[in-house]
Amino acid sequence: MAYALQQLINGISLGMIYGLIAVGYTMVYGIIGMINFAHGDVFMVGAFIALITALLLTAGGVLAGPAGILVMLLAAMAVTALYGWTAERVAYRPLRGSFRLAPLITAIGLSIVLQNFVQVSQGARPKPTGTLLPGGWEVMRQDGFVVQFAYTQMLIIGITLAVLAVFTVLVTRTPLGRAMRACEQDRKMAALLGIDTDRTISLTFVIGAALAAVAGTMYLLRYGVIDFYIGFLAGVKAFTAAVLGGIGSLPGAVLGGLLIGLIETFWSAYFSVQYKDVAAFSILVLTLIFLPTGLLGRQEVEKV
Amino acid sequence: MSAPGDRRGAGHAAPQAAAPLLEVDGLSAAYGAVQALTEVSLQVMPGEIVTLIGANGAGKSTLLMTLCGEPKPRAGRVVLAGEDITGAPTHAIMRRGVAQSPEGRRVFPRMTVRENLLMGAEALTREDPTPQLERVFALFPRLKERLAQRGGTLSGGEQQMLAIGRALMSKPRLLLLDEPSLGLAPLVVKQIFEAIRALNAETGLTVLLVEQNAFQALRLAHRGYVLVNGRITMAGTSQDLLARPEIRAAYLGGH
Ligand SMILES: Nc1ncnc2c1ncn2[C@@H]1O[C@H](COP(=O)(O)OP(=O)(O)O)[C@@H](O)[C@H]1O
Ligand SMILES: [Mg+2]
Repeated sequence: MAYALQQLINGISLGMIYGLIAVGYTMVYGIIGMINFAHGDVFMVGAFIALITALLLTAGGVLAGPAGILVMLLAAMAVTALYGWTAERVAYRPLRGSFRLAPLITAIGLSIVLQNFVQVSQGARPKPTGTLLPGGWEVMRQDGFVVQFAYTQMLIIGITLAVLAVFTVLVTRTPLGRAMRACEQDRKMAALLGIDTDRTISLTFVIGAALAAVAGTMYLLRYGVIDFYIGFLAGVKAFTAAVLGGIGSLPGAVLGGLLIGLIETFWSAYFSVQYKDVAAFSILVLTLIFLPTGLLGRQEVEKV
Repeated sequence: MSAPGDRRGAGHAAPQAAAPLLEVDGLSAAYGAVQALTEVSLQVMPGEIVTLIGANGAGKSTLLMTLCGEPKPRAGRVVLAGEDITGAPTHAIMRRGVAQSPEGRRVFPRMTVRENLLMGAEALTREDPTPQLERVFALFPRLKERLAQRGGTLSGGEQQMLAIGRALMSKPRLLLLDEPSLGLAPLVVKQIFEAIRALNAETGLTVLLVEQNAFQALRLAHRGYVLVNGRITMAGTSQDLLARPEIRAAYLGGH
């Protein structure tokens, strides 16, 4: 019972991270119909920017609790947002109207570029950080097993919920959000209503990248060890989350992320840690076969 | 081009001898190797309803889309109120007072009627869209009843009203309508054409109307052009065109 409760806490906080990354996949897919294979690596870059910021702050002797974490978050979001804008502008926009696989291949290329850049500039060995936010709240104690709700987990859940709330208001209530939904439903018509669709697509990349950076920062705070390759696995799992939730659906991405986080955590806790990644990939395959539109996806023929 | 005659359908004479609101000069456009428009020239005066009639595949929709910036013209000029807008990006053209209700209506299926209309006000930038919303409701009261309904669940006629209402939300100087009668019941067509006539008569809105339904379009418009295989083959006042035997034979089915 206590053990299961602990897994539930772990699963939810991990799932929040996947959910944040999955939102970026689903947004970009919704608006230009492309799977952004480099998105997991944006998450990785975000984690590294947060790490570098933390080291700079520590070197300056000013890393102090929440303020330091906020600075890390903002730095990571700013850099990845700039990356998202540049990548769209330089790598994807010129290929719009080209054959469908072209941007996909470009995304794979960018993924390799990002991984290698970080590997060369930051080194290939995993980077451990000291625990930036140690401790937690002892929820309960049973037969010597302590259920702990770590402060980092609270932070992950709190920040993710706050970010998702802001994001939801943005998408549903603001002109930019309306423009994004219009582009997603009929880009040509959106342009006919005076919407700068290129700008809207740019901003979609920017927002998706910034959300991945939030996830990257949370990952760093929680697990304390990162390397240039973390984006691959996290990316595939978040992609699985987006597919499971129904690709193109924003609530679906969050739901899918939570489910993948929970499944992976419970699988590791009760079956096998070695095979935890297999769980996520099996779900991807099963979803694609039996529920191609996902849990919250639209039951309609995909436009080509 | 001769000044438009006073027509029963339109209810008033469009102003004469002003500068054209829209001037298209030698416009050509193509999709890859497929030539869709060849040296099309036409003018629309402020306050006029001008119709462009032609068979399926003649290039009518292509003309409207080319005026809106996509596809880009291969040759020729588009001048809006004295300003050359040839080659400008679509969103910039639409923010200069052009609005289109396109072929197939293209209502946003997963947005409510209200959201669809607000999308139309996008080009108004900071202006409050409420007064214009009220004007659209006055024209199409049906839309007000359906405000919270999703665009995709409306009937064809309602979708057409929404598409026109959405176009009107930006307070355009020039309204482009692509086959608003397509696939609608005669009674609904009548309602929609009546709304266009009223708009033109009451607010002086300038309209370029594309139709296959030549008889109704010519009864509504002051003037018309005939498009065949991407070229203008005939032009004249509506009365003039309605009286021509070749038009009667080709487009009016013996009316
Ligand atoms: N997106 C497109 N790609 C290629 N050819 C097109 C496209 N749209 C229209 N065409 C071609 O251009 C010609 C004119 O089409 P269109 O402007 O739709 O005619 P209309 O509106 O008068 O029915 C047709 O031969 C049509 O097949
Ligand atoms: Mg057409």
